[in-house]
Amino acid sequence: MNSVIRNRLLNVLLIAVLGLFLYWAEHNLDGYKIQILNLIAVNAILALSLNLIYGFTGMFSLGHAGFMAIGAYVSALCVLSPDQKEMMWILEEVVWPVSVIHTPFWFSVLAGGILAALFGLIIALPVLRLGGDYLGIATLGFAEIIRVLIVNATPITNGSLGIKGIPMHSTLLVNYAWLLVTLYCLIRLLNSNVGNVFKAIRDDEIAARVMGVNVFGYKVLSFCIGAFFAGIGGALMGNLLTTIDPKMFTFLLTFNVLMIVVAGGLGSITGSLLSSAIITVLLESLRAVEDPFSLAGFDVPGIPGMRMVVFSLVLLCIILYRREGLMGMREITWNALFRFIDRRKHA
Amino acid sequence: MSLDMFIQQFFNAITLGSLYGLIAIGYTMVYGILRLINFAHGDILMLGAYFVFFGTTTFCLPWGLAVVVAILAASATGILIDRIAYRPLREAPRISALISAIAVSFFIESLSVVLFTGLPRPVYQPEWLTTAFQIGSIRLLPLTLLVPAISFVLVMLLLWMVYHTKPGLAMRAISKDIETTRLLGVRVDRIIALTFGIGSALAAASGIMWALRYPQINPYMGIFPGFKAFIAAVLGGIGSIQGAMLGGLILGMLEIMAVAFLPSLSGFRDAFAFIVLLLVLFYKPTGIFGEHTEEKI
Amino acid sequence: MSTSPLLALDSVTMRFGGVVAVDNLSLHVPAGSVTGLIGPNGAGKTTVFNVITGFYTPQAGNVRFRGETITGRQPHLICKAGIARTFQNIRLFGNETALQNVMIGCHVRQKSAWWMPVLCLPQAAREERAIAEKSLELLKRLDLMIYAGEKASSLPYGAQRRLEIARALATDPSLLVLDEPAAGMNPQESQALMHFIERLRTEFNLTILLIEHDMKVVMGVCDHIWVLEYGKLIADGDAQAIRNNPKVIEAYLGGEDLNSHA
Repeated sequence: MNSVIRNRLLNVLLIAVLGLFLYWAEHNLDGYKIQILNLIAVNAILALSLNLIYGFTGMFSLGHAGFMAIGAYVSALCVLSPDQKEMMWILEEVVWPVSVIHTPFWFSVLAGGILAALFGLIIALPVLRLGGDYLGIATLGFAEIIRVLIVNATPITNGSLGIKGIPMHSTLLVNYAWLLVTLYCLIRLLNSNVGNVFKAIRDDEIAARVMGVNVFGYKVLSFCIGAFFAGIGGALMGNLLTTIDPKMFTFLLTFNVLMIVVAGGLGSITGSLLSSAIITVLLESLRAVEDPFSLAGFDVPGIPGMRMVVFSLVLLCIILYRREGLMGMREITWNALFRFIDRRKHA
Repeated sequence: MSLDMFIQQFFNAITLGSLYGLIAIGYTMVYGILRLINFAHGDILMLGAYFVFFGTTTFCLPWGLAVVVAILAASATGILIDRIAYRPLREAPRISALISAIAVSFFIESLSVVLFTGLPRPVYQPEWLTTAFQIGSIRLLPLTLLVPAISFVLVMLLLWMVYHTKPGLAMRAISKDIETTRLLGVRVDRIIALTFGIGSALAAASGIMWALRYPQINPYMGIFPGFKAFIAAVLGGIGSIQGAMLGGLILGMLEIMAVAFLPSLSGFRDAFAFIVLLLVLFYKPTGIFGEHTEEKI
Repeated sequence: MSTSPLLALDSVTMRFGGVVAVDNLSLHVPAGSVTGLIGPNGAGKTTVFNVITGFYTPQAGNVRFRGETITGRQPHLICKAGIARTFQNIRLFGNETALQNVMIGCHVRQKSAWWMPVLCLPQAAREERAIAEKSLELLKRLDLMIYAGEKASSLPYGAQRRLEIARALATDPSLLVLDEPAAGMNPQESQALMHFIERLRTEFNLTILLIEHDMKVVMGVCDHIWVLEYGKLIADGDAQAIRNNPKVIEAYLGGEDLNSHA
């Protein structure tokens, strides 16, 4: 059988199995486990978007929390009914047109992505001329500015009070559908020659310019696509948590996404997927450490903050001892899988 | 605004600015040598303040002694961070070291939350620093004058060290070309450790003064001063000590005066510094005193 | 030789601070020729290349390509106009395969927009296929076929040099600018390089401008040679004329005998 057709069939099969599993999980697992599965999907979208910007195009961006905030706020403002908004905005009257907007969920997520991408474009024009660490600091600065704007734009965002009671639309199937869309777009893009151009910019910017690549243009493109999916991830996350406020979208959030990307491997899509699953599960299971628990009859008090201690150590160890992360720049593909099985058979 | 008010605000600005400047020096020295944004630098500031707090409370040291011990301990912490988290990455891509620095920063902060709890703590202030005195119609705290004075002395000492001593010469050599300096027999790692030690000591000193001025400490207190000081360093021209101080003063002046003249902007106060950063990076990325470098093709 | 040159520099001056790297330089490269640019170390040869390929904008003077002024144009636009170059110290896209490297070169002539492959438009797919075929063809012609799927950074040195040229050819240039193509090669390899350059000119219908220190290569392949010293032109002519030019002999080691190399 032609390997292209075989792989396509296997992909369809995999998606079908995933769909069945999610359907089963939705009806049989408890809420906590479902929440973890949801978080995996959202984190994977976020990690993929940052991986596009940093892992594949080589732009060290620390602005993810800002894009997520935009996505989350835009989506929340779109799905809330006008009545809810009028009730919730206590400090200042909610302003038109936010006061009247009421859209379906899928549209609100898309709008979140598009607005995040627009902000990405505005940010990209001044900062993408910078390289390396300066770019990181500048994007971090932008994320902070976005946060300060959200706090102060009370008539639109309800200021520091945040938004509560966002109607929850993001079921498992919805979240994983968005993840599939993200994956499909990014894989198609990265496997095309434009993907090669992104990687060329990452490897050697000067050589890329000599080869006729409009480096700045493609950097802006990659940055905006990344911002778009970060906005979508933020929108889904806001919906999942049903509550958002400006304090959520600090550098810590960017740090979590960065950790997933670095742990999975910069420039590896399957690496990002794997590490989203692993790190999300670990992060959640470490919650136990922070709650009081009893061990062999002794009551051990919970240690708040311990999770972050462990996780910053994990990231430190990865960067010190295994810089390429789980997968490096490699991917798990059907072809590689079959080659592996073949070799096992012959060995 | 009255003239008295203006003078009052002016002194506030100088105090804040010289604190930014002192912290910025640590960033600028490390960046000048390693091209690394030492993200953990702001957290050293926090540690310095906490060391004094525990020195005076848990260990019942006299305040002056606690300050000295705290500065030494912070300095040692800085050197330790370099040894563990940065030195193994000298040959790695620069961003790897930056990610390592971010991880260290989060580690220190979260460990501090675990060890010191996240609750803000009040800080002991020696009375002679906080008894206000009057000049004409202007009320000033001794602290307000002392902070810039101490900062000035420290910067002068540092400049003397960098330009008139052998280790200072080695530092300047490393910032030009680390490999060649190594080949010339300079023990590069020691000089880098010294740089971290000095930078961290200055950060701790400014952290202690910060805690005197805003007498409440918490594990996250170093983050914003850290960011802003880094921005001050970029503004002044990264790698330049005078530039760091000048950048700090400009930034302090800007923050205080903008809020004083336009109180409606106070909500945006934390965004000012970042806007300054973006403007500098856009129009003159090398800052005021920075040197121009270009990648060789 | 044709009357209108493919590339011409008109009194180009390039200063860095107080240093004049290129001083009032005028030279031209006739279409279809192999032209050499030589000079002692630090004469400003690479600076001239960087001016031609748009990395530096000269303070004075003009660069004309096919009669059109391209001074100060962005490097990627200069590539689009038809000038491709290689680097003194090889600059491949190290993490990409040899095939991908060449495909990136093809990108400058690609017509479909970035979103077309995402939407699976047939014309985009057709173009992608054509690019892959063209790239494989180039690899084949430059004897790099066996490396097609290998990471560029893992290739042997000689293959990396050829791959850099293959990548440059993928941009469909009319002028190929080579910065020290023989650097790091042994005499046999430089011998092979001379044939290779000759082949490039005829097979790809190219004009070639090269910087080279290996006099044997320069004298062997160049129709016309320009000699730089301290950013100034000190001589030009064919190999024979350059070899016997006392100024040139003076410039090189204050009298290294160029005849001994030929």
